[in-house]
Amino acid sequence: MRVIVPISVGGWARLFSRWDVLAMLLILGFLVFLAEASRHLFEPLTELRSQPLSLDPRNLPEYAARTTLRMLIAMVLSLIFTFTYATLAARNKYAEKLLVPLLDILQSVPILGFISITVVFFMALAPGRVLGAEFAAIFAIFTSQAWNMAFSFYQSLRTVPAELEEATRNFRLTPWMRFWRLDVPFAMPQLIWNMMMSMSGSWFFVVASESISVGKTTVTLPGVGSYIALAIEQRDLHAVLWAIAAMLVVILIYDQVLFRPLVAWADRFRFEQEPGGIPPRSWVFDVLRRSGFVEGLVRPFAAWWRSTMRPQPNVVAAPGKSLLKERNGWLMYLMASLAIILIAFVLWRVVSFFSHDIGLADVATTLLLGLATLARVVVLIAIASVIWVPIGVWVGTRPRAAELVQPIAQFLAAFPANLLFPIVVSIIVAWKLSPNIWLSPLMILGTQWYILFNVIAGAVAIPAELRACGANLRVRGWLWWRRIALPAVFPYYVTGAITASGGSWNASIVAEVASWGDVHLHADGLGAYIAHQTDVGDFHRIVLGIAVMSLFVVIINRLFWRPLYLYAERKFRLG
Amino acid sequence: MSLLDIHGLQQSFPRADGGEHLVLDGVELALTEGQIVGLLGRTGSGKSTLLRLIAGLARPSGGTITYLGNPVNAPAPGIAMVFQSFALFPWLTVLENVQLGLEALGLPETEIRKRALAAVDLIGLDGYESAYPRELSGGMRQRVGFARALVVHPNILLMDEPFSALDVLTAETLRTDFLELWGEGKLPIKGVILVTHNIEEAVLMCDRILLFSTNPGRIISEIKVDLKQPRNRLDPQFRDLVEKIYVAMTSRKSATPQAGTVADRAATIDTMLPRVSANLLSGLVETLAAAPFNGKADLPVLADELHLELDELFPVSESLQMLHFAEIEGGDIKLTDVGKQFAEFGMDDRKKLFQRQLLAYVPLAAHIRRVLQERANHAAPKSRFLDELEDHMSTEDAEHTLRAVTAWGRYAEVFAYDDDSGAFSLENPS
Repeated sequence: MRVIVPISVGGWARLFSRWDVLAMLLILGFLVFLAEASRHLFEPLTELRSQPLSLDPRNLPEYAARTTLRMLIAMVLSLIFTFTYATLAARNKYAEKLLVPLLDILQSVPILGFISITVVFFMALAPGRVLGAEFAAIFAIFTSQAWNMAFSFYQSLRTVPAELEEATRNFRLTPWMRFWRLDVPFAMPQLIWNMMMSMSGSWFFVVASESISVGKTTVTLPGVGSYIALAIEQRDLHAVLWAIAAMLVVILIYDQVLFRPLVAWADRFRFEQEPGGIPPRSWVFDVLRRSGFVEGLVRPFAAWWRSTMRPQPNVVAAPGKSLLKERNGWLMYLMASLAIILIAFVLWRVVSFFSHDIGLADVATTLLLGLATLARVVVLIAIASVIWVPIGVWVGTRPRAAELVQPIAQFLAAFPANLLFPIVVSIIVAWKLSPNIWLSPLMILGTQWYILFNVIAGAVAIPAELRACGANLRVRGWLWWRRIALPAVFPYYVTGAITASGGSWNASIVAEVASWGDVHLHADGLGAYIAHQTDVGDFHRIVLGIAVMSLFVVIINRLFWRPLYLYAERKFRLG
Repeated sequence: MSLLDIHGLQQSFPRADGGEHLVLDGVELALTEGQIVGLLGRTGSGKSTLLRLIAGLARPSGGTITYLGNPVNAPAPGIAMVFQSFALFPWLTVLENVQLGLEALGLPETEIRKRALAAVDLIGLDGYESAYPRELSGGMRQRVGFARALVVHPNILLMDEPFSALDVLTAETLRTDFLELWGEGKLPIKGVILVTHNIEEAVLMCDRILLFSTNPGRIISEIKVDLKQPRNRLDPQFRDLVEKIYVAMTSRKSATPQAGTVADRAATIDTMLPRVSANLLSGLVETLAAAPFNGKADLPVLADELHLELDELFPVSESLQMLHFAEIEGGDIKLTDVGKQFAEFGMDDRKKLFQRQLLAYVPLAAHIRRVLQERANHAAPKSRFLDELEDHMSTEDAEHTLRAVTAWGRYAEVFAYDDDSGAFSLENPS
């Protein structure tokens, strides 16, 4: 199993560079811009209603199809984003300085926060039609998929073997050819694995993005997500179960029809020259490959595709002087002054945006609430680790069990927290429990599985000879855990915990407020704060909440997870 | 007194078709105090499997292993192992790696430290105590492997090709150091079992050498080495022993009737084929044809000249024999007339000659071609032949054999194979 670190861990460089600050500023500026734009566009928008949703399970196939389509479109957009953004970051060292921290911070912005801010903006793009709401939903799903894919692609591009890179230059491949002949194939196995993770993770946000109300704006798009939302509102347990079944079917279909064929296909791009292990198989892929019809269908397209790779005869790639290399005076000054003016402008807009009606008290409140949510995340990750690390090691050292558990864990990772609202809310109300404590487990519901399957992957990867050596020396019991199992899975565990922690912050916006019919519970925390401000439609405070949450996530990543990851990499990595 | 007794040992694994794949059969072995016993054989002779059975890391499917009068069915105290790939824990320092086995014994802290330091000292690791394995060279790593095994004061030391992952010079130093300590009685061990596929290493180190056949692994002969330590590789007696082992290993007896090696008899469809590239075959034919060999070579000399080990030289020479490019007899390899012709030819003629020999003497290649010719579309999936092979050998061997024949078939342009679709065909892409 492949494991990719979901944050940038470039090295022991300074914890925060000016690029990080710039990136934060840019994103904040962008959010302010969107929020401001939406606020002005708020009034003329009349209520937008599509046909009323029905809980009749017979409608579910159609809803599921629409949800699937949204996820697919978002996936295509994510791919386009990945190919352009990551390539630019990897190819241009000036762009890299800004783009990588930018990506780091982008992925710390809570996805549900994106929805709150962008929904009105997107609806304004196509006033009075469902299309705008669709844009918003797709954009939200996109934000839950794109970042880790871009990271994976960027990291692959950085590790393209120097000899292959030299070969492409030696044969004077055009950049376009190089991209499709070397970069993409080389990155493909990792990228596909990240696509699968993204798809799994985006379910969580589908539920939120299909049925959202920001202030007076209510959007309900037909889909599995809005079906679930309606089922919860009307306390219809049967409908909730139907929705779970529909999700399961869609995930299975995705796996069989899309990802398994992709994995089987991408196996040829493995860089290792030695054939080894059992190649992944897929019946869909076999069918497609052997079908003459498909081949005939694909052939003209493939021919056209190849024709784009032809080098342009007249262009001779001479080692010319590039503009940036020249660095001659006035151009650089011009660029720098433009940048400074731009930054000053953004800064001014951000300050004036907040100074309008947000005081220091608001900032203090959000920081305190952030600490509350932080406490939850820390405790939950600790509890999940204590539970799942031993189980993961146990499973991982038994190949049969591992084969069985992996797919189940991947399905559970896709399981949106909302689906458990009925149970959790009923229990809390019946036993008069404190929502501040007992709503918390919902946060880690979907993300704890990342710890489990990373630990499983780590345990599976322990070399047979090391295990034999442990057995030969009769290392057992606690000594075995201390000296062999725990160190071996540690780097994998850290990777899983980073993902789980980031995901939990994201989930807090849903998990700190739960409702079942007319019972609404809420815990004190930054997630609940953002959710509440979204309900009210207070854009200033939504942006404030999101900014504070991003700040928390970035600081924790830099101060805790990154050093821990580098330490684990250095000390515990096998081979 | 006998440290270890093995009787009628058998090990088999289930096959895809429900049958059993026999890896070890009828192994008899006794290890007495003060002896180094070598297990010599090629890949697939089950010698590493045997070592793991003795270590209690696996359970045999038949026969008994007795250690100091007790049956071995789990890792026993007093049997320690040195691994081919060192098997050091990367997150433990040299000292911590060495201490691991002592900690497992539950000894007091001070005792652990004292014994570990003594072992580190003995094996020449002074000054490296706090280093991590990744900071060490291969030779130093294997020294840690030795120290870790010796520190628990085992009665029996098992060595699984301990020098094969090291370069020639380092391996020699380590062997000499080990033999010196062993000879001076400084090692806290009573007997050693060494698995190797290096004939000279076996003769250099062992008091007794057991030769293993392949598929299944059986002991085909036992050779006593009475030379005094330290032994000299250039000593005529030493050379004689090496020669004797080569002869034994290439004799008809070393192959067994069941899907065995190809040394002795005409291949059939279900003969396992070694994965040897056509380039390597051509290279060996050329070397044999040229001076100083002029068509005939002593296998030990050839192995020395080409720096090839048993595992590398035998498959190539046996492939040449199967294709009737050469004959092997009494430890010698001799080019046939066809082989000499092959050496003289240019690329295209070589391919034609290879094609002829392949179709004539490798029935699997001829079989694949015939099936392809009979089929209307001149194509057949890989699984068609894999299933057929799996009736006679393990899945893994079937896969290997099919890969081997595919490589030869491609070189000879007898058939084509597309790995993407997993299909054999007669057409070569134009």
